[in-house]
Amino acid sequence: MSIRLRLDKPWQLLTAEAAARLPGQLGVYQIADAKGAILYIGQAGARSPFGLRSELLREAKERGAGCQFRVEVNMQYRSRWFELLMVHQADHGALPPDNAKNPPPVLGRLSPA
Amino acid sequence: MDFEPSSEQQMLIDQVRRFVREEIIPLEAKLDPDSSELPPDDFKRLTDKTKAMGLFGIDIPREFGGPDIDIVTRVLLAIEMAQHRAGLYVPCYGTFGGAGLAQIFEANEDQKERYLYPTLRGEKKAFFGLTEPSGGSDPARAIQTRAERKDNGWVLNGSKIFISNADRAQYGIVFARTDASKGRAGITCFIVDSDTPGFHVRRVVHTLRSSHYATELEFKDCWVSDHQVLGEVNKGFAVANDRLTRQRIPYAAGCIGVAIAAHEMAIEWAKMRTTFGEKLANRQAVQWMLVDNEIDIRTARHFTLEAAEKARRGLPFRTEAAIAKLTASEGGGRVVDRAMQIHGGMGMTKDLPLERWYREMRIRRVGEGPSEVQRMVIAREILGSNLR
Ligand SMILES: Cc1cc2nc3c(=O)[nH]c(=O)nc-3n(C[C@H](O)[C@H](O)[C@H](O)COP(=O)(O)OP(=O)(O)OC[C@H]3O[C@@H](n4cnc5c(N)ncnc54)[C@H](O)[C@@H]3O)c2cc1C
Repeated sequence: MSIRLRLDKPWQLLTAEAAARLPGQLGVYQIADAKGAILYIGQAGARSPFGLRSELLREAKERGAGCQFRVEVNMQYRSRWFELLMVHQADHGALPPDNAKNPPPVLGRLSPA
Repeated sequence: MDFEPSSEQQMLIDQVRRFVREEIIPLEAKLDPDSSELPPDDFKRLTDKTKAMGLFGIDIPREFGGPDIDIVTRVLLAIEMAQHRAGLYVPCYGTFGGAGLAQIFEANEDQKERYLYPTLRGEKKAFFGLTEPSGGSDPARAIQTRAERKDNGWVLNGSKIFISNADRAQYGIVFARTDASKGRAGITCFIVDSDTPGFHVRRVVHTLRSSHYATELEFKDCWVSDHQVLGEVNKGFAVANDRLTRQRIPYAAGCIGVAIAAHEMAIEWAKMRTTFGEKLANRQAVQWMLVDNEIDIRTARHFTLEAAEKARRGLPFRTEAAIAKLTASEGGGRVVDRAMQIHGGMGMTKDLPLERWYREMRIRRVGEGPSEVQRMVIAREILGSNLR
């Protein structure tokens, strides 16, 4: 069984059209700048009306042009979100800049192999 | 035995019930349905309230500054505290405080200063590291993590799996094999600080309990001093045995609380919902599901209070605790399942708490001693202790 800790799918340009094509499922996503530096790790939880599609449409609208995104459909969006944040912190020594502005109340520490 | 609450117990039950209904459930409406934590401001505000109620640190024994609550009353309150969406694993989001791990109460004075008292003050959190990839039901045989003598201490090598809270804890209790030739009598319990070199939390283990997750640990030449041995070398399983069995009783009570909440929802829905020109409540098929719920809840409540009463009186209660854990976790699962069936499609949605209870209740048949192990404990009592 291979366990994928990191979300390493290819980036896509963040546009309203690309977001509108996303499934209405629950999951996690990452937003990066044009060079691929991660700006934000988000979750599409059960309060999002159309899951990933709603969240990424909102991100596209708020951030405007020049960003990229990737998503992972995941029913365990919450533990996966915590995991991605902890892995990012372990890899980069800090949270992505937009998460650091409003960090979750409790975040643990991982030291992935 | 008479399990009617006394007037003093009823007053506490009413107080906690009001707290859950007026403070916790309205807040939950704004949280993600899988959340296990409150925003810090709400947590502080509600913790201040439980302190004002005199119920903060509910599991802390009186000699360590906790409220004077006997185990029967504790069970009655645990049933109330679980009656909300996150209630099975994080009753009232931890606003009644935690006691820390049972074993840490058996620590020596130096260890109490370093670990127990900071835990009771809420400054330190702990994890419980027993289960390994090689198995958790029979840890005495399964434990492969080794601790070898070196420089007035021990070097730990091995791994643990399914360990809750290890990524957020400042220390943990870790069981390791110190004598390979002795089976159960070769296991020692260590206190390991999370910042000890060689201690690693490798990953989140994603389970049905999707927010209060478990983790996988690795110990790689992790050296701890002799001062970190909890209890005696090679007597790891003797530490806090009684306290651990005791914990099983409020654990069962949590399942009952969730079952009651699911049952109440099903009753309300059955009275309201019409199909084929008739209320569901008028259908015998639905009535029988509700009757079976009632029986499962009353059975679990009876056995759990019986176990608590025996523990309170200082009588042997190991078998009773196993029966309580078994009837509450298995019966609770059936109740939630029937409540979902009565709700139809709505029962499957994240709009209602039923689907979260269904997932989390399933874990209860495995965690804290799986159903089969509880049955082994009961069978030993029936057939005699020579049964292997
Ligand atoms: C969400 C979650 C959180 C957890 N948190 C912790 C934690 O914080 N700390 C910790 O140490 N552990 C934790 N656990 C581990 C848990 O205690 C173990 O999963 C449990 O003890 C069972 O061990 P196992 O999974 O290795 O199953 P095994 O021991 O491999 O057993 C597999 C199955 O066989 C059954 N079985 C075993 N022996 C017999 C027998 N003689 N006859 C019939 N059937 C038998 C068992 O009941 C079980 O159903 C957690 C588990 C989960 C899922």
